[in-house]
Amino acid sequence: MHIGEYPKAGKFGEYGGQFVPEVLMHALKELEDAYLLYGKDEQFKEELDFYLRTFAGRPTPLYFCARLSELLGTKLYLKREDLVHGGAHKLNNTIGQALLAKRMGKRRIIAETGAGQHGLATAIAGASFGLKTEIYMGEEDIERQRLNVFRMRLLGAEVHPVGSGSRTLKDAINEAIRDWVTNVQDTHYLLGSVVGPHPYPMMVRDFQRVIGIETKEQILETERRLPDALVACVGGGSNSIGLFYDFLDDEEVALYGVEAGGEGISSSRHSATLYAGTKGVLHGTYSYLLQDEDGQILPTHSIAPGLDYSGVGPEHAFLKDMGRVTYDIVTDREALHAFELLCKYEGILPALESAHAVAYVARLVEVEEIGSDDVVVVCLSGRGDKDVEIIERALHEQNP
Amino acid sequence: MSRIRDTFLELERSGECAFIAYMMAGDPDPSLTPPIATAIARYADVIELGIPFSDPIADGKTIQTASERALKAGMRPDKIFELIAAIRKETDIPIVVMSYYNPILHFGIERFMKRLAEGGDGIIIPDLPIEEADDVVWYAKENGIDTIFLIAPTTPEERIEQICAYSSGFVYLVSLLGVTGARETISGVVKTLIKSVVEKRQDIPPAVGFGISKPEHVQEIVKSGAKGVIVGSAIVELIAKHKAKPEVLIPALEEFCAALKAATRR
Repeated sequence: MHIGEYPKAGKFGEYGGQFVPEVLMHALKELEDAYLLYGKDEQFKEELDFYLRTFAGRPTPLYFCARLSELLGTKLYLKREDLVHGGAHKLNNTIGQALLAKRMGKRRIIAETGAGQHGLATAIAGASFGLKTEIYMGEEDIERQRLNVFRMRLLGAEVHPVGSGSRTLKDAINEAIRDWVTNVQDTHYLLGSVVGPHPYPMMVRDFQRVIGIETKEQILETERRLPDALVACVGGGSNSIGLFYDFLDDEEVALYGVEAGGEGISSSRHSATLYAGTKGVLHGTYSYLLQDEDGQILPTHSIAPGLDYSGVGPEHAFLKDMGRVTYDIVTDREALHAFELLCKYEGILPALESAHAVAYVARLVEVEEIGSDDVVVVCLSGRGDKDVEIIERALHEQNP
Repeated sequence: MSRIRDTFLELERSGECAFIAYMMAGDPDPSLTPPIATAIARYADVIELGIPFSDPIADGKTIQTASERALKAGMRPDKIFELIAAIRKETDIPIVVMSYYNPILHFGIERFMKRLAEGGDGIIIPDLPIEEADDVVWYAKENGIDTIFLIAPTTPEERIEQICAYSSGFVYLVSLLGVTGARETISGVVKTLIKSVVEKRQDIPPAVGFGISKPEHVQEIVKSGAKGVIVGSAIVELIAKHKAKPEVLIPALEEFCAALKAATRR
């Protein structure tokens, strides 16, 4: 089988699967059937395309960063997912799943959110398609992403604070699963990343593929050739798989997934699941995890709430083992520095998550993996308005 | 052969339903698990020991907090075998372990089943559907451990049969759509579910769990034709309530379990 043809029977090699309570097995089957049916349906595809163009604002531009390219010493392009309605790539997936939920006759959608970007995108989709929307969000994330909480509420979504465990994304997913177990008959769980049980990793990837499909067209038009490298941040892994997927067969294109190194691997305050984790089952899927010697899931840290997760999508685990994608880390400090560079040199305020990917380009140049004639595309997965409070605090700590 | 099977057969002969009592191992402290389990075992027919997990997606608040208490008190997956050995010295009733999949996977499935066989009788893994369970069933069988799978109100008819085929000892019927936790009333769907399993399979007894917290609930389940009834959160709540005072806890547990057991007699 060829690398892009997975999943096969719900698995990417040994990864993926469905490790969920029996109550949900039937719902997953229904969802898979509906997705396979409508995913091929011309009318569904047209409708999705219509909303992506006229509502989400696609296609997003591929922007050449002239000043930053000069500074770094490479040809840097940004795929501007930050310009998607809502401020992140997340809406590509939520529109797709909300349309699917309507086709399935579900009246209520629920979602987890870390940074609040997926919650926001779900709230937007819920409002525009008339679906009752409830969002689970860890209390710690609610504190550090207040702007997004307020936005979600303005859009009519109910936001439930989650106070259990580490009070972040992992615990929000637990609570969303518990809600789904209880309300499975009228509720669609609109999962926001390429994680969770099959068919989510496949379905969310497919809805995010548009990033890579557009990038390929755009770069061929401007550069008349494929890029030398693609770089994207990896939390659960949806923007990165979306960018990478249509380049998997183009062996001349190097692919880099950047995880949150937090305060450094040795500090154990990080979210570097693929880089430093081990295999196991979390939230319905077999993949890499951050876990202790007893198989208990470890709390994570990142300055970027959207990367602050102990699991990662099973397809990334597969691509890591196959050696097709290189997964590496960028620390909080490096990400902050990249954030400032992008602000000052390009007039773009990136999400802290996406700043990790920008920071990694500087590293690739430094170690001479890429040079001045090389073309690099970074997925700028979101905009940074949501992060200004965190950044203000962090910069103050650096230079009190 | 199987201690669980023998227990169900014996109870069937005496016209009783099995009372299966759940408790979280290590809650409030591992040292208290053997005395608590022994007290429960005076009235229960089967004891179910939970292994705490950081992310218990099938559990409601009561068992979540018990899980957190146990982890804080230093409960670890390998400690379960010592605790089972200590409980085994005091009682002959079947001991079933309930654990999420990741701690077992991490420990090693084969190694886990070998150790479990030292004094335990069965395994329940609430986030492991039959599609992913071949290794678990294989190593469990090899070590004489019964594998108990769950059937939910959403499980389609033809799947019920497949799940029964993967199960041994008993099969666990989830009484409602939702997570574990005491409820005021028993949902109606469970009666249809019991009937469906009993009609399909004479060879595997259905036991009903989730939401059952009172002797009246137990009676209702018994009348519906179930062969076993599982009470978890209500017991865990009682343990939480008296966790600081073992001298109050033990008699309170005995009283509660005696009432639940009495309700299983037809």
